[in-house]
Amino acid sequence: MARYLAGRVGQALLLLLGVSLITFVLLYVMPADPARQIAGRSATAETVQVIREQLGLDQPLHVQYGRYLSGLAQLDLGRSYAQKTEVSEIVAARLPASLLLMMAAIACELLMGVAIGVVAAVKRGSRLDNASMVASFVGVSTPQFVAAMLLLYVFAVRLDWFPVGGYGEARHLVLPALTLGLLGAGWYARMVRSCLIDVFTQDYIRTARAKGAPEWRVLLVHALRNALLPIVAMIGIDVGLFMSGAVVVESVFGWPGIGQLAWQAIQQVDIPIIMGVTLVAAVAIILGNLLADVVAPFVDPRIKLRTAP
Amino acid sequence: MKRRILIAALAAAFALPAAFSASAEEGKPGGSIIVTYKDDIVTLDPAIGYDWVNWSMIKSIFSRLLDYKPGTTELVPSLAESYDISKDGLTYTFKLRKGVKFHNGREVVAQDVKYSFERTNSPKTESPGAGFYDQIAGMDAFKKGKAKEVKGIKVVDPATIQFTLSRPDATFLHIVALNFSSVVPKEAVDKAGKDFGKKPVGSGAYTVAEWKLGQQLVFKKNPDYFVPGVPKLDQITFQVGLEPMTAILKLEKGEADVAGDGIPPAKFLEIRNNPKYAGMIVEGGQLHTGYVTLNVQMKPFDDARVRQAVNMAVNKERIVKIINNRAVPATQPLPPSMPGYDKDFKGYAYDPAKAKELLKEAGLEKGFKTTLYVFNVDPNPRIAQAIQQDLKEIGVEVALKNLAQANVIAAGGKPKTAPMIWSGGMAWIADFPDPSNFYGPILGCAGATAGGWNWSWYCNKELDKRAEAADAMSDPAKAAERAQAWKTVFTDIMKDAPWIPVFNEQRFTFRAKRLGGPDNLYVDPVRIPINYDHIYIKG
Repeated sequence: MARYLAGRVGQALLLLLGVSLITFVLLYVMPADPARQIAGRSATAETVQVIREQLGLDQPLHVQYGRYLSGLAQLDLGRSYAQKTEVSEIVAARLPASLLLMMAAIACELLMGVAIGVVAAVKRGSRLDNASMVASFVGVSTPQFVAAMLLLYVFAVRLDWFPVGGYGEARHLVLPALTLGLLGAGWYARMVRSCLIDVFTQDYIRTARAKGAPEWRVLLVHALRNALLPIVAMIGIDVGLFMSGAVVVESVFGWPGIGQLAWQAIQQVDIPIIMGVTLVAAVAIILGNLLADVVAPFVDPRIKLRTAP
Repeated sequence: MKRRILIAALAAAFALPAAFSASAEEGKPGGSIIVTYKDDIVTLDPAIGYDWVNWSMIKSIFSRLLDYKPGTTELVPSLAESYDISKDGLTYTFKLRKGVKFHNGREVVAQDVKYSFERTNSPKTESPGAGFYDQIAGMDAFKKGKAKEVKGIKVVDPATIQFTLSRPDATFLHIVALNFSSVVPKEAVDKAGKDFGKKPVGSGAYTVAEWKLGQQLVFKKNPDYFVPGVPKLDQITFQVGLEPMTAILKLEKGEADVAGDGIPPAKFLEIRNNPKYAGMIVEGGQLHTGYVTLNVQMKPFDDARVRQAVNMAVNKERIVKIINNRAVPATQPLPPSMPGYDKDFKGYAYDPAKAKELLKEAGLEKGFKTTLYVFNVDPNPRIAQAIQQDLKEIGVEVALKNLAQANVIAAGGKPKTAPMIWSGGMAWIADFPDPSNFYGPILGCAGATAGGWNWSWYCNKELDKRAEAADAMSDPAKAAERAQAWKTVFTDIMKDAPWIPVFNEQRFTFRAKRLGGPDNLYVDPVRIPINYDHIYIKG
């Protein structure tokens, strides 16, 4: 296990290096000039040049990237061009909101998705099954902003059950988490259903039933356990996804997470923040997948963790 | 030989505190409100902040030598209680008001003013406002690191500060009222370092009580503020990250009081015509012009007749309709609320037949092909399409280039790259209410350089001279003469037609019914978007 983890951490570091390099080069070739953005429209060409030199933007690409990496090695993400504050501080301020939304959204989709999937599998072919599969199909294909605006309108404006966007209390969390959860639940429901249907035809289920185990036990203990593995893998993916890509939901509900920060930084050509957010997202995706892999052997003892040969 | 400006001293004594005493009786002081914005509060450092969200916040936290009468563009004394201008227009002496304290309790002295101006102009600060101060003597040497201080800023005594200019500049009083001229205490800046923008200390009407990055900022009333009875409110909470539509819904439910970003364009008519929002929308002008630049260095726009022809071909009324009448058609570069605007000047009226004639004269009877650059966020592409259709009527084939804002700006600043640019989304909004701010960088020779903002690359040496002469009339008694000089500069520019002035945008603030105060506080031309110091909750 320790060797396996060491190998994975090594891989992760390489991946991060790759991500940082690609992002850095992309931002470098972008035609927008951060020095001009900072200097403002009243600045002379001289002033812009002074700022360019101060930020090291006049240096060749490899020197700039080298400097960035050496900062990174000391866990220094640099300072924002626009805000002048440490990027680490700005990103850290956004992390709790993103983490909270991610956990709530995953809990939401897991609860709804598994419940719907189990019911659909057990009642396979029934109207209930058809209805839940149509619903989950609608769920996975609805754009986030449509669902977000719809929930906002119905539950916050019309029914007045929740506040219209914001952050700070539990009641602010419900609608954004529900939006992500409802849309994600479709994937889980379809996955659980097909897994269960597949498992139901297996011999050991017939054996379990034959030896007189009650149906709920067959379902929850024998069958569902085999459907758990893909669910764990999907959670791993969602961890990364929600930490980096909840831009739309965060915008509609005014949720102060990482996605919102990324969007604003891109508009301001604030390269240090864009870099910082990209790295945080990459770390989240790597961690999410690592988590899924590490948990897998506990869910399914047939799996052994090994480093790649 | 100096003339004391008595009016200034009088205004200091009476006008400022009294300016809103009438309305103060209507509104009860106290209470707290919530203001929302989409974008984050990037910084509250007055040397750095330069955007829609932080502009008025900075005005409320810090004070400047001069300020504007609330809701107007009229200069009034603030930290300075009076000032002298020497006869040659080169020396400005300001007497500071006594007993004004920073939020940290220390008294504001002349040394702080000198320090603050030097801080804004030090290249280390990287201030976007540094370009406004080049008229001060010794500024160039200071910026280049050849001098440790700015020679032209002199502390005469703790209550007197004197500026010496290298050329007369009639806009200088506006310059000392800019946010970048806000007075900051050195000890607080030194302590916070680069984080001063997150830990601001000023001498303004409000102090920052709490700041959760990316979430909310809380203003508390400064009980020691030197203007009696101001601010009216005890507290303002700014919530950020809320989309304009979400903000409108919050207001409707009473969860917020002001939607800082106004009304989203797509919902404008629906909201405006909805009786339940009556009394919540405040309309005002703004110092803005939306225009198309015609690159005079590129064929065929090097021919003035072609530029005049396209001016006549664009149906501005229709474009204004496309954006739901959120603007008025423009005839000249200056917006209507700017001194020097010529309300009798009709510009180029819509006349496609005459436009075709002009093209024929220019030898382009069959029309020509060109490219229009446009910022790719609504409503700009729709406006560009309307211009495309209009020009097609006179045989001009326009290809549209929809790009991100930074790319359009980059193309504009590159010689012979963009034949036409629609300025929407990055259009000129004046930094201060003076016509000169609409000339130099965007129509003068100085801006027609690589990386500049004069995207027409129009450079008329004779007009440059007249502009310079107008700005040299720094005697306030010559204000009318100066406005007249500027007026003709801008109408004469239109003979050469380097721009198609399209429209002047109106501003719409959406606020809760419980908020009071004259409407012009909610569309303040200087404290954009609203004047936080003087608004109140209705009693």
